[in-house]
Amino acid sequence: MEAGSTETILTARGISKSFPGVQALSGVDFDLRAGEVHALVGENGAGKSTLACIIAGVAKQDTGQMELGGQPYSPASRADAEARGVRMVMQELHLIANLTVAENIFIEKLPNRFGIVDYGKLNGAAIQIMEQVGLADIDPATAVSSLGIGQQQMVEIAAGLSRQCRILALDEPTASLTDKEIELLFYQIKRLKADRVGIIYISHRIEEVMHIADRVTVLRDGRLISARPTHRLTSNGIINMMVGRDLEQVQLRHAGEVGPVALSVQGLNLGDKVRDVSFEVHRGEILGVAGLMGSGRTETMRAIFGADRADSGSVYLSGDTQAAQITSPRDAVRSGIAFLTEDRKGQGLLLPMAIRKNISLMRLDDVSRFGWMDESRERSVADRQAEALSIRCSSTEQSAAELSGGNQQKVVIAKWLYRDCDVLIFDEPTKGIDVGAKFEIYNQLGKLAEKGKAIIFVSSDLKELMAVCDRIMVMSAGTVAGIFDRDRWSRQKIMAAALSGSVADSV
Amino acid sequence: MATTENERRATSIERRRLPSMPAFVADYLGMALALAVLLVIFGLAAGNFFTLTNFRTIANQVSDTTIVAVGMTFVLIIAGIDLSVGSVMALAGAVLGTCMVRFGLPLPIAIAACLAAGIVCGLANGLVVTRWRLPPFIVTLGMLEIARGAAHLVTDSQTKYIGSAVGVIAGRGLLIPFIVAVIIVILGQLVLSRTVFGRYIVAVGTNEEAVRLSGIDPRPIKLGVFVLCGFLTAIAAVISTARMEAADPNAGAGLELRAIAAVVIGGTSLMGGRGSVVSSFFGVLIIAVLEAGLSQMGVGEPTKRVITGCVIIAAVILDQYRHRIRKTPKP
Repeated sequence: MEAGSTETILTARGISKSFPGVQALSGVDFDLRAGEVHALVGENGAGKSTLACIIAGVAKQDTGQMELGGQPYSPASRADAEARGVRMVMQELHLIANLTVAENIFIEKLPNRFGIVDYGKLNGAAIQIMEQVGLADIDPATAVSSLGIGQQQMVEIAAGLSRQCRILALDEPTASLTDKEIELLFYQIKRLKADRVGIIYISHRIEEVMHIADRVTVLRDGRLISARPTHRLTSNGIINMMVGRDLEQVQLRHAGEVGPVALSVQGLNLGDKVRDVSFEVHRGEILGVAGLMGSGRTETMRAIFGADRADSGSVYLSGDTQAAQITSPRDAVRSGIAFLTEDRKGQGLLLPMAIRKNISLMRLDDVSRFGWMDESRERSVADRQAEALSIRCSSTEQSAAELSGGNQQKVVIAKWLYRDCDVLIFDEPTKGIDVGAKFEIYNQLGKLAEKGKAIIFVSSDLKELMAVCDRIMVMSAGTVAGIFDRDRWSRQKIMAAALSGSVADSV
Repeated sequence: MATTENERRATSIERRRLPSMPAFVADYLGMALALAVLLVIFGLAAGNFFTLTNFRTIANQVSDTTIVAVGMTFVLIIAGIDLSVGSVMALAGAVLGTCMVRFGLPLPIAIAACLAAGIVCGLANGLVVTRWRLPPFIVTLGMLEIARGAAHLVTDSQTKYIGSAVGVIAGRGLLIPFIVAVIIVILGQLVLSRTVFGRYIVAVGTNEEAVRLSGIDPRPIKLGVFVLCGFLTAIAAVISTARMEAADPNAGAGLELRAIAAVVIGGTSLMGGRGSVVSSFFGVLIIAVLEAGLSQMGVGEPTKRVITGCVIIAAVILDQYRHRIRKTPKP
């Protein structure tokens, strides 16, 4: 495959990019040859998508230069990049649900005469392209919304293929495809290679990468770890480079006495996001939940909490023989389950309202008498909670919107602690907050466990999970891929488990 | 370090607690000022503006709009809207009139039936909105037609003249309707800012999903607000029927828009989560004084409407600036 593909069409040197609070890329070099499939792999947040976005003009690098076909290349926008023949098929679908398949594929240039769309020509052209990606049995005039998610993905890819390009970036193209669709996609990729198109292929699925890529670039924490031809790599070698071997293991917490089972989940199912998930968490224990983006962690927690209705499965509380009837968050909270959502601004807080009102919301019965608010009691409760969690604010009258991310998260914790639940589910509690606040939250988790609470700690940061958890459950493709005890785990094992479901899928 | 932190917190708590009265006044100062400016302008421009009769007329006219605006404030705070209030008022009044004229029922029973009609309409609005998750705009638009039709059915499309049997409520020149309206404004503001129900209403309007994920079912709260709005609309129906001494199936046409305009002038957000009953009352007064003043100056009806429309839009623009200024010190 590699023979003859030596002409470099794109080079990027010293690309850096930071987002508020995160260094997404630091000094990364990358190059792409004509007719080559160059895979980008790495953990969540390693910077793969960011790099592809910069190349496709979707994002702009802070520092670093690029050259395209020997010319300086600095796309001002996605359209600008496309004009120079660089296209990207994004991870999330960008289709317009109410329009037809054909309209979506040609949305940027509908064949028309004086503004009136020529549907005959449009649908004819669409059929040709759809045949290439195996959508021949779909009428180009059907609305995209009536297709399955995998087919929509193929339409998105078809739209990418429909335009002449020199470079095509595919971000997790197979995430929701069936084996047959993947096969068709690979066939198309090979055809594009023959046309000397350079392909940037981002994937979590190592087996797939080994199969289709000519070269593999591994990124970790925004840094370039390796760029080597595929035939000189093994799956395990790639995983090792993704997770890094040099990491000393930090332990922030000494495991205490673990009590009886506080929550037991049996055979939970919800669509294809949660598949037969079973696990237990004990009093005084912190159970970490690891997994890649889209592995079904949040969906599982939402189903346990009743935020989404599970298709089947049961939840048992503190050794009950009878399954708990949880059909709404209200039921869950009454059964003593707390859920601190990942999206604290959108789902956790009443942003424009005072910290005091956020903290008291779930226990208004405690700060009122006969339906009338007892505001002085409410203030003292809120002040006490804010003090206990050292929320940095001018007073509890300040609105939650004015706080930093870390302090907002503490308000969410304060609110749930005031409600006093036995099982607390934290979904990415340290996402986007500064290091100091992170450690305060780890301490809180430890204190709660000491008090005999059962903690479920969902995180994409393996380092923090290994630092504070007693056990780590790894999810992959909606299933439990493994549960590891503190003395038996390693980053490699956990990463291999996190990748296992997707590997099984693609084989 | 820790002490300064605590001291700062302590002083800010004091600052918050002591001057509660000025803060309360400050919230309404802008509205009161706008009203005062209007009064001065019309006092100077129209010779006979400052007369007892004139104020009595205004006060009587604003009573029903005020009571409906209180209910509308609650509905807008939960990010809803109730377009049916005008028709529901007509239906509730029609029930009152029919009970008395056709069935000869005593006044208290007729009033009870009237209030029940309002509550049933509010309940229907609220149930459909919460059960089928339909936008309140659509549901209450449907109710607008239903209630208007029902009002005509109940009265056979004829105005029911009741006479002084119901007129006693309004009293002759005694301003009872206005007093009732003011009491309802005060009660409404207390419910909104001092009760658990009021707190839930603001919370649901601010972020319904966050409330749901906090283990609180938002549906009964929303239902309660629609019922409250229907109930208050029926009280407005009793008062307007008493004032006219008749039940008119065409009563309350356009009332919903007048009420929404007043509430919006008062600074309540159509997006929910923010609003004040007292400010809505000022909104009603501003519109009423504007209209009365303009007509005394001899301004014709069409011009009056153009000016009123401009004032509504200007008020909302001003309110947005006020909130932007308050929000600017955010990092």
